[in-house]
Amino acid sequence: MSIRQISVFLENRPGKLSEMTELLASKEIDMRALSLAETADFGIARLITNDIEATLNELVNGEFITKLTKVLAFEVPNEPGGLNRLLKGFNAAGVNIEYMYSCFGSDRNRAYMIFSVADPDAAEEALKEQGLLSLKEDEIELI
Amino acid sequence: MERYFQPEIECASRETIESIQSERLVAQVKRVYENVPYYRKKMEEKGVTPDDIKSVSDLNKLPFLSKADLRDAYPYGLLGKPLKECVRIQSTSGTTGKRVIAFYTRHDIDLWEDCCARAIVAAGGTDEDVCQVSYGYGLFTGGPGLNGGSHKVGCLTVPTSSGNTDRQIMFIKDLNATILCCTPSYAAYLGERMKEMGMGPDDIPLKAGIFGAEAWSEEMRHDIEATMGIKAYDIYGLTELSGPGVSFECSEQRGMHINEDHFIAEIIDPDTGEVLPEGSVGELVITAVDKEAFPMIRYRTRDICSLSREKCSCGRTFVRMSKPKGRSDDMLIIRGVNVFPSQIETVLINQGYPANYRIIVDRVNNTDTLDVQVEMTPEMFTDNIGEVQARQKKLADGMLSMLGIRAKISLVAPKTIERSEGKAVRVIDNRKI
Repeated sequence: MSIRQISVFLENRPGKLSEMTELLASKEIDMRALSLAETADFGIARLITNDIEATLNELVNGEFITKLTKVLAFEVPNEPGGLNRLLKGFNAAGVNIEYMYSCFGSDRNRAYMIFSVADPDAAEEALKEQGLLSLKEDEIELI
Repeated sequence: MERYFQPEIECASRETIESIQSERLVAQVKRVYENVPYYRKKMEEKGVTPDDIKSVSDLNKLPFLSKADLRDAYPYGLLGKPLKECVRIQSTSGTTGKRVIAFYTRHDIDLWEDCCARAIVAAGGTDEDVCQVSYGYGLFTGGPGLNGGSHKVGCLTVPTSSGNTDRQIMFIKDLNATILCCTPSYAAYLGERMKEMGMGPDDIPLKAGIFGAEAWSEEMRHDIEATMGIKAYDIYGLTELSGPGVSFECSEQRGMHINEDHFIAEIIDPDTGEVLPEGSVGELVITAVDKEAFPMIRYRTRDICSLSREKCSCGRTFVRMSKPKGRSDDMLIIRGVNVFPSQIETVLINQGYPANYRIIVDRVNNTDTLDVQVEMTPEMFTDNIGEVQARQKKLADGMLSMLGIRAKISLVAPKTIERSEGKAVRVIDNRKI
């Protein structure tokens, strides 16, 4: 199951990221995962939260430019070779990764990887054949 | 069916128009020579006397007036009538130097309002219409001019002035306003706000807009027309020459008809002052032939355009001027290249960006830099950095081919560029020259 991620346009200026976190904090939104991509003059914050719809609403009302995207999330054992095994499966399934980032769960022994791929639904099927099951949104809440 | 406010003059024969112009010009030059020492001195320096001016064809014997003269003669030096006969002043914003204060007699206000009334009727206005004037009232000529014109046409006039955008929209809806008069940048902002409020073109009762007081592109016109479901008409004028209504668009929208019974138009080479033949692009020079209190003779408008006397199918015989590319004051010289903000606007709108932008010019290591700030929109944003950068590059390439110089494109957060309620401040020039 692919999960939903919100991408937020940020001007590359001091204070822009904290304007966003300030808003989310004031609405008591809990971030599960966050990654930042940047160029010289703008950035994209990608986040997964406890309530995607509420987050999207708040951001749009706060006049942030947002995009809802589908990503795949996998649990990775927090041990040497954990990620490598997962990526081998991507190789075998012929799935190209656009970008990825990691986050940790409340359980110290587990890490989670979030992947952006061109066609999440097809990639999910191909990965399933390799025995890799992506997480559902309700499973992400455990993070 | 084309309608006119004063058909007998708007559709008069060329001979009639020229004979009115000649008669009024001769009288005006005599009056100014006798009553305005400042201009009399200019005429003497050129060796011209009122006797040399017998018709319109003698116009080019007369000296020019420029904005610099207005500064020199500030505030009373060009007054053509005693102050006790003047009943009003209007003034410019003074953004490009010292303020201009223009004086009006009752007659001057009357002719100015006639000119605005012609523009409203040309945009389809009748006494059945509700005309909302969202130009600023006060010293700025936009509000008072269109207000007076709207009264003359007999429209129900809604004098909202500029600002308080949600209230503007409430009046448009509740009073079924059919004509909107304001600056094009404010019209674009009103349209944007109405869209945000969920109003589509069919929910907006407006049918026409009369927009002027700043340069705007054809693309911006189409944008405003589509958002509000209206036909947008251009109107042109300067405070020095009464205000809006020196010229206006008819339904043909192929240039603006100059109110030639009051204003004689010439196009000159801005460098040499030489009068150019019809159709040439150059600086517009206007002579106000019957304005009393502030009688401008051969006033250099600094606006770059061309004239056409080709017959207009609307039936008006007044000469048409093309949309000015921009006032020569608005023109930026960047790395030696002439750049008009309206060109930048054209590129933005062609690529689907809002017409809200800011141009920042600076000089770094003796080289001019041009930075165009554009607001990111939900339509333009994707999660893919490469795609956003490709759009940024496409804009930069568009600028390069339009302007001939490279511009840096900065994508900024929405609503960070201030919305204008009057004339938009689009250019910030930080060069210290």
